[in-house]
Amino acid sequence: MNKFESFTGLVCPLDRANVDTDAIIPKQFLKSTQRSGFGPNLFDEWRYLDHGEPGMDNHLRPTNPRFVLNDPRYEDADILLARENFGCGSSREHAPWALLDYGFKVLIAPSFADIFYNNCFKNGILPITLPTEQIDQLFELATNDAALELSINLTTQTIQQDEQTHWSFDIDLFRKHCLLEGLDDIDLTLQHVDDIKAYEKKRTQQAPWLFTQNH
Amino acid sequence: MMAKTLYDKLWDAHVVREEKNGTCLLYIDRHLLHEVTSPQAFEGLRLAGRKPWRQTANLATPDHNVPTTSRDMSAAGPISRTQVETLDNNCAEFGITEFKLEDIRQGIVHVIGPEQGATLPGMTVVCGDSHTSTHGAFAALAHGIGTSEIEHVLATQCLIQKKSKTMQIIVDGPVSSGTTAKDIILAIIGKIGTAGGTGYAIEFAGQGITDLSMEGRMSLCNMTIEAGARAGFVAVDEKTLAYVKDRPYAPSGDLWEQAVENWRTLHSDKGAKFDKTITLDGTDIQPQVTWGTSPEMVVPVSGKIPELTEATSALQAESWQHALDYMGLQSGMPIQDIALDKVFIGSCTNSRIEDLRAAAEVLKGEKVAANIKLAMVVPGSGLVKRQAESEGLDQLFIAAGFEWRQPGCSMCLAMNPDRLEPGERCASTSNRNFEGRQGQGGRTHLVSPAMAAAAAITGHFVDVRELS
Ligand code: SF4
Repeated sequence: MNKFESFTGLVCPLDRANVDTDAIIPKQFLKSTQRSGFGPNLFDEWRYLDHGEPGMDNHLRPTNPRFVLNDPRYEDADILLARENFGCGSSREHAPWALLDYGFKVLIAPSFADIFYNNCFKNGILPITLPTEQIDQLFELATNDAALELSINLTTQTIQQDEQTHWSFDIDLFRKHCLLEGLDDIDLTLQHVDDIKAYEKKRTQQAPWLFTQNH
Repeated sequence: MMAKTLYDKLWDAHVVREEKNGTCLLYIDRHLLHEVTSPQAFEGLRLAGRKPWRQTANLATPDHNVPTTSRDMSAAGPISRTQVETLDNNCAEFGITEFKLEDIRQGIVHVIGPEQGATLPGMTVVCGDSHTSTHGAFAALAHGIGTSEIEHVLATQCLIQKKSKTMQIIVDGPVSSGTTAKDIILAIIGKIGTAGGTGYAIEFAGQGITDLSMEGRMSLCNMTIEAGARAGFVAVDEKTLAYVKDRPYAPSGDLWEQAVENWRTLHSDKGAKFDKTITLDGTDIQPQVTWGTSPEMVVPVSGKIPELTEATSALQAESWQHALDYMGLQSGMPIQDIALDKVFIGSCTNSRIEDLRAAAEVLKGEKVAANIKLAMVVPGSGLVKRQAESEGLDQLFIAAGFEWRQPGCSMCLAMNPDRLEPGERCASTSNRNFEGRQGQGGRTHLVSPAMAAAAAITGHFVDVRELS
């Protein structure tokens, strides 16, 4: 995983609550056995007016001008602003893959669904939770004519618009450490092989039925 | 000693190590796999030159992508076929047991785990699928994971986790007859909302819950994820033990006795503290029907679609309006006036034998209404299908005008050819009514199997309790 670096980026406001992972990346694109290439189909059913299938040339498809991702003002956005319970529904990691592939490195919402939130960190995406009033404020700024640019600094846990306007956010310290260092979870866990083996040994005595295959 | 909740007990028994900040390495007893979320995890394993930590903890089956009209993957198209073949190849390469498409034991991953006794009380169970919460019916700590975590579990048999908060949901019983587990969970979601359980592990209790069969408890726990909680569970009782006994993967002989002794401790201690407790009166719960595009947009079948003025915030009113536009419905409309095009009985929520019996019972001697273009039953597994056929349920369904299909996820998520056309309206026993879930532009109403059957014969929603 790449290290998460501080950056300044453009905000795209997606003014909807309960955006589910089916909407983020519809099921027909889950047939891929790869991790990449999902960006062009991010929010496929909202972004295009026709029905999308894998392998189509997306440049030739009719786009929905009313959908925010198609608004030229938000082209090249790297921060997605959304409403509560973002990423609910299916556990598909294709959702964060698609967001990342499209170019979103940071998501800001009042709340995220658990599995999705977890999946983001595994892919170097930073999901930021802010109180509803601050989210309202950001939506107002982002939908104004001037495109909203924010500087995201994970080390200091701050979001900054300018000298006067900034917000701070909370994050689990272990997750923060992993993002900043670009650490791979499996490598981390395999440092504890002895603990896992010791656990298995103890558990085999306490609950032997879990370690016998009875079929 | 401090009184422990069931969640505390399950958690404590699986902690391999704990960091100072509370991050734990949690041991995983059972890992279920299917074709859609696993290929990239196996690929990661291969690239890193790793092997599964414990092969026998894994069990795989194809379900999401498989055709239900035949067992021939070419019926599903080349991309789907590749995905199922990829699973076959990965399982062969890494030595993982797979119930392949032709195997009578194949089925929806959350149906076959319990059916085989591969899901046992007290286990930690994970799968790259959010409805893994289903297995909590057995007092197991079970939840969905993403593909990176699949790879992590394959490689280390562990997950990096932090403990959740605990919520207890009590359904004071008894619930009235004709009200099913599906109605209970929909009523709960209607009450707490789809984010109500976010960050919590939910224990279901009370007579309304203990009265449920194991199948009912699976339907209940299945949809905990729709209430925002990754895991939901029910304490062990005699029903749990009776269900598990003599299943192929369950322990036997002395080991069984030893296991049962342990399993009987899998309940919350008296006086155990929950971070939150919610109580529902079971007698109030009627058969439920969703009207919108989120499972929380639900009302009793006798009810009406709410007015926007009943919304608790401007944002909610806006999302209701959005849902109504998508669903082609109006505020104030009685639920029973909603006419349907298709009926789907299946999915990991409601495709077990008891679900099929309940639907068949309603259909006896009846015919599907003329306005219903397609009514289909998709059993949860090959074994459920065989059991249903031995009871003659297939004949009942067929005589009523239903199609009797092969097991798989089917129109629950419409990855295979079973789907709604734009604008089509479906009474579905599945778990998600999201936009486009059952096909782009398709309109889904979630109901119990009996309610779906009743809707099939009348052509619109009707209170199944008034039919007989
Ligand atoms: S039946 Fe539906 S919800 Fe269940 S595992 Fe299959 S796709 Fe997921």
